[in-house]
Amino acid sequence: MTAYLPALLGGMLIGLAAALLLVLNGRVAGISGIVGRLAEGSNVAVNAAFVAGLLLGPVLYRGLAGGWPAVTITAPLPLIAAAGLLVGFGTRMGSGCTSGHGVVGLARLSPRSFAAVASFLVAGVLAVALLRSSGL
Amino acid sequence: MTRFLPQILSALACGALFGLGLALSGMLDPARVQGFLDLAGAWDPSLAFVLGGAVAVMALGLVLVRRLARPAFAEGFHLPDTRPVDRRLILGSALFGLGWGLGGFCPGPALAALSLGRAEPLVFVTCMVAGMVLHDRLFARRAG
Repeated sequence: MTAYLPALLGGMLIGLAAALLLVLNGRVAGISGIVGRLAEGSNVAVNAAFVAGLLLGPVLYRGLAGGWPAVTITAPLPLIAAAGLLVGFGTRMGSGCTSGHGVVGLARLSPRSFAAVASFLVAGVLAVALLRSSGL
Repeated sequence: MTRFLPQILSALACGALFGLGLALSGMLDPARVQGFLDLAGAWDPSLAFVLGGAVAVMALGLVLVRRLARPAFAEGFHLPDTRPVDRRLILGSALFGLGWGLGGFCPGPALAALSLGRAEPLVFVTCMVAGMVLHDRLFARRAG
């Protein structure tokens, strides 16, 4: 159980951040939406501030924990690039990602978000199965 | 600009808290994310705790929001309308899930991981923004 404590606490911090953004600014903490609006040039200062904060997060972690969080990336760069394209295109088409649909949408009991989460989880499981079967 | 200063500062603080949560939770690690999606292999359930913790706290926040007339620093709450589930939602989310599984990154962790100074998050984020722009060009053209 203690192995999952950082995951649970980290998740609770994510939920707290999303709740605070709604209470303070009236905005849903959907990261793909925030990046999309930034790319469109809408409400740039506020959206850029949120993204700057996101980048600050791991730096704060380093200050508190004494080291960077573990990151293991095995995928070659062309696969990373293809994955990025799919994530950008797909989140725009599906109006959200793990944060907007996964955290805020599920908490709001939104039927659209339940459908979106089911869809991206199934596709994610299939993608990893595909990677494993091709030896990556 | 100064009118938006409280919003800018609270966005910065919420982003930092979100990013700290991502770093603590293990979400920045594509290997962990792929381990969670690897149902047929050595399944790592930790991401279920991340999502569970986040949804639970967010749900408590929504209880508070329902009692508030308006947000602290804005005129009103911007919550998406309840529209029906449609093909674009399901197909778009499936494409996102495919990319999430292949790369092990979703948008938030990819952005936060830029701080680590590695090439992969930078390539991922650049292509992610390109994918968003590509989507909007394609569908704006179709509509126009």
